[in-house]
Amino acid sequence: MSNSKSLQRFFAVPFGLWSALFIVLPLFFVLWHGFTDGNGAFTLENLTTVLQWEYLKALGLSVELALVSTIICLVLAYPLCLILQGLRKAKGIMIFLLFLLPLWMNSLLTTMAWQTILEKNGILNEILRFCGLPDMALINTPAAIIIGMVYNFLPYMALPLYVSISRIDHSIIEAAWDLGANRWQTFRHVMVPLSMPGIVSGCTMVFIPALTTFVISALLGGNKILLIGNIIEQEFTAAYDWQLGSALSMVLMVFIILNILLEAFTENTDSRKKVKA
Amino acid sequence: MKMYYRSWLVLLLFVGSLFFTGCDMFAEEQEEGDNLLYVYSWGDYLSPKVLEQFEEETGIHVVLDEYDTNESMYPRIAEGAENYDVLCPSDYMIQKLIEHDLLQPLDFTKLPNAQKYIGEDFFRQSEAFDKGHKYNVPYCWGTVGIMYNTRMVKEPVDSWSILWDPKYKGEILMQDSARDAFMIPLRMLGYSMNTKNPQELEEARNLLIQQKPLVQSYGVDDIRDKLSSGEAALGVIFSGEAINLMKANPDLRFCPAPKEGTNLWIDSWVIPKNARHVENAHKFIDFICRPDIAAKNFEALGYSTPNVSVREQEEDDEEMEGYLDIAFPPAEVYHGQETYSYLGEVFDKLYTRLWLQVKVE
Repeated sequence: MSNSKSLQRFFAVPFGLWSALFIVLPLFFVLWHGFTDGNGAFTLENLTTVLQWEYLKALGLSVELALVSTIICLVLAYPLCLILQGLRKAKGIMIFLLFLLPLWMNSLLTTMAWQTILEKNGILNEILRFCGLPDMALINTPAAIIIGMVYNFLPYMALPLYVSISRIDHSIIEAAWDLGANRWQTFRHVMVPLSMPGIVSGCTMVFIPALTTFVISALLGGNKILLIGNIIEQEFTAAYDWQLGSALSMVLMVFIILNILLEAFTENTDSRKKVKA
Repeated sequence: MKMYYRSWLVLLLFVGSLFFTGCDMFAEEQEEGDNLLYVYSWGDYLSPKVLEQFEEETGIHVVLDEYDTNESMYPRIAEGAENYDVLCPSDYMIQKLIEHDLLQPLDFTKLPNAQKYIGEDFFRQSEAFDKGHKYNVPYCWGTVGIMYNTRMVKEPVDSWSILWDPKYKGEILMQDSARDAFMIPLRMLGYSMNTKNPQELEEARNLLIQQKPLVQSYGVDDIRDKLSSGEAALGVIFSGEAINLMKANPDLRFCPAPKEGTNLWIDSWVIPKNARHVENAHKFIDFICRPDIAAKNFEALGYSTPNVSVREQEEDDEEMEGYLDIAFPPAEVYHGQETYSYLGEVFDKLYTRLWLQVKVE
């Protein structure tokens, strides 16, 4: 017993080192910069600066856009996973792989491609003009940023959803039908609760990168729409104010931790329910 | 438990060996040191042919890194993250680097070409940011002006106020850096572009906020692509981009100096204090000042050069016909124009903050 335990420890060492060097240490630097001024003295000034309306406004907008794109991803991915799950296994996996294909491409490139699609004289407007329809002004608007986010992060929603939906035992659904539940009731009271872990982890996996992105908003927002990620990037590069940048990162981390706590909480109640049943 | 400690020991040894081989690699690099030169410059700011020729003639291997704003270059130098040997920042940034003791004085005895061919005017103008011009050799200079597409803009362009004309809603491209953005409204209001008066800056900010709904996007290098493809009608660009843009799209015209006044900028070569190949850096700077090399770079970039030997060489070049007056503008374009100076950390932060207020609006 003790032998297998020490073996376990042995295999955990590389990851322990890795996370100490590349996760804990950098986080410590962020905290250090956030709570000190340029000369290393303790201060709360950076955090109070973050509470000014310019920053709060950008933070609010980031949360809003991230929420909207998370919801759109969920609405798109859920039916897709239901359909895929209904297909024969090989076919379903094939389609699913095709769906994940964009992940293999650099997201910077795909976002630039969206830029050429949505531009004023871009592909979309060329097509509209060809059909005699009026132009759409999408580029450099919040809508363009949401399109970019949904495109980039949809696979992260679909993956956990597909896994948790395909795990649902089909006999449970048949039982619900036998007991007189209609399609909507089966969906509402059987499918959704059973796929909840997938929904929650999918939402987390979309919400967090959407909240922190700065590339998508810079390219598709024309630098006119600032998200909190852009401001942090600006503070570290252009403004050379690492203290303020770190303080902003800390505020952002609060949101991410809340999100992860939510996920852990739902998983917890979920497993407790299972135990009770 | 014993095994646990042993595994730690093994890992420690492993990491330690990595560390030592790391040191070895470092030592090798130092030995080879004389044949290397780390250059940190603006994107697309040196002709690749010129770099090749330099490597061939001197046997020095050039490692080139690029940046797109002075501001993104500064932290990498200040933190000493990388030991670059030669940089090409702009005026106010050179002053900031000097004030923070990050540059070393140049040895002008090793720079005969620079002494001979760089115009006296430009050394004099560089006094504004480098007193006694001990640190810099000017490389390119120019103004900030308005590029416009004559298919969409039918009126003559001679004032910044056209960028506030609602007629051109969604057709205007602005510079995405605090100093360049504020320069324009400050000049329109008749204030200095180096102002430290918060009242004046707030007025300028309000003008920028008022303009924001008309702006298509704020950019840096992407502005030239959008202008040449006709994606926008008007854009604020550096004069050096003008020639290449007009060659790419004949509908484009350039107003180098709107009547309210504009920024006259100079980018110069400097050597950072922690450079490891100082000798090579001097060789490189002098090479760049050699007449034939200066002409090659000029042909590739189109940026105005302070090198007095270039205009003669270009006079007979057919390709340059019609563009020479843009590359070598008459004195009235640049006389009396302001150059940015470094305003200190407090005002840097104020500019950044006000610019942020425009951007989140």
